[in-house]
Amino acid sequence: MPATNMSTLKAEAKGLNFYYGAYQALKSIDLPVAEKEITALIGPSGCGKSTFLRCFNRMHDLYPGNRYEGEINLHPDGVNILNPKIDPIEVRMRIGMVFQKPNPFPKSIYENVAYGLRVRGTTKRRVLDEKVEQALRGAALWNEVKDRLNSLAFNLSGGQQQRLCIARALATDPEIILFDEPTSALDPIATASIEELIAELKEQVTILIVTHNMQQAARVSRYTAFMHLGEVVEFGDTGAIFTNPAKKQTEDYITGRYG
Amino acid sequence: MEPLDTHISRQYNVELENIRSLVLQMGGLVEQQIDQAITALVQGNQALAEATIVADYKVNNMEVTIDEECTQILARRQPAAGDLRLVLAVIKTITDLERIGDEAEKIARMAVQLAGEERPKNNYREIQSLGNHARWMVHDALDAYARMDTEAAVRVAREDRKLDHEYDGVMRQMVTFMMEDPRTISRVLNIIWAARAIERIGDHARNICEYVIYLVKGKDVRHISLEQMEKEAREGG
Repeated sequence: MPATNMSTLKAEAKGLNFYYGAYQALKSIDLPVAEKEITALIGPSGCGKSTFLRCFNRMHDLYPGNRYEGEINLHPDGVNILNPKIDPIEVRMRIGMVFQKPNPFPKSIYENVAYGLRVRGTTKRRVLDEKVEQALRGAALWNEVKDRLNSLAFNLSGGQQQRLCIARALATDPEIILFDEPTSALDPIATASIEELIAELKEQVTILIVTHNMQQAARVSRYTAFMHLGEVVEFGDTGAIFTNPAKKQTEDYITGRYG
Repeated sequence: MEPLDTHISRQYNVELENIRSLVLQMGGLVEQQIDQAITALVQGNQALAEATIVADYKVNNMEVTIDEECTQILARRQPAAGDLRLVLAVIKTITDLERIGDEAEKIARMAVQLAGEERPKNNYREIQSLGNHARWMVHDALDAYARMDTEAAVRVAREDRKLDHEYDGVMRQMVTFMMEDPRTISRVLNIIWAARAIERIGDHARNICEYVIYLVKGKDVRHISLEQMEKEAREGG
């Protein structure tokens, strides 16, 4: 796998296998994740890209029978986040996630953002206020909601709800944010604003994004990994992948050909 | 570079095949223009020269048409990888073809001027030879494009060097004519303009070959030496 002059590594999957019971969904995946860059995972449905993304915050722990092999090392400390001794809650503080459909909690805007901080044990109102504002500003939502922080999150539009989810992820100062098809439920305008936000967020946080929309991967990411049948077929600079991919399978997929 | 006709969308196959074959049509037209311009000059056929000048609009129209088709594909399909390179190669190729058309028109204009003048003893043999050479280069460049053949593309690029040498020889000869008999200067200047136009046609043919290598290998081989170009074209990609 060519590591194309990558800057600092934030994380790295090494020989990662993942099983849903007897079914092997990921096959010896090696993938570097560059710090404060956007890495996109693309591939057809069922290729394992979402499964792979979820490994990064131990989502699969929630179901019995799921099994990891190999490592995902988080840098700079080099801790393997798949190690069963590592508390998944702690992993999720460091690695946040934003899902396909906006999924705010049935609480106020304020409480949605404060949630992770409260889980972490922050109770001081002043600290919470400050962090909530900072996260909402970071998610480009503050100006729209600052006068109604106590109203229910469900009253926001789809795009606003998604930005709220991003604010919720940002509130705990994560090192990585995982995006699983963050705009597939949004209209083109809301999509553009989320993409813009993702581009701004990379100044402060490392981003891994799964998307079905290849143009989105091409627009927002610095690096792209193409996955197929549980394997990383090709990884490289996004510009190279979209103009001159090395593998036929990659070319077939991004040009809309029969594989 | 994958075959064009394997997309899930058949309509997309049709659109890409369409621009590809329009380029070949335009190329055929341009070859014909070169052929007529040279013939008109060599044979002193003023009517043919004038017809060639008029027909340049057809080449220009094809450039505009193909450009528009490419714009539509870019806007509607957002092509990637080999498809993207095809559309870019087409856009660049037709620019060069259009310029070749302009050069043919220039040669035809010189033919009109020369038709009224005394003909040299050798019947413009050097222009005929230079012109044939350039015309075959255009033909072979288009053939390399049609077959996506990088080896053939390199061969044409190599020919351009020979054409340049041949052109230098013609220039020396013309200078000699002018020194020997200054009364020929105005006529010889027209021949020089025509020879210059032919030499430029060779350069455009070489450019087209560079786009063929870009299309097939994804490598930009402009502004590098012939030797480097040969190396890039041979390597995998």
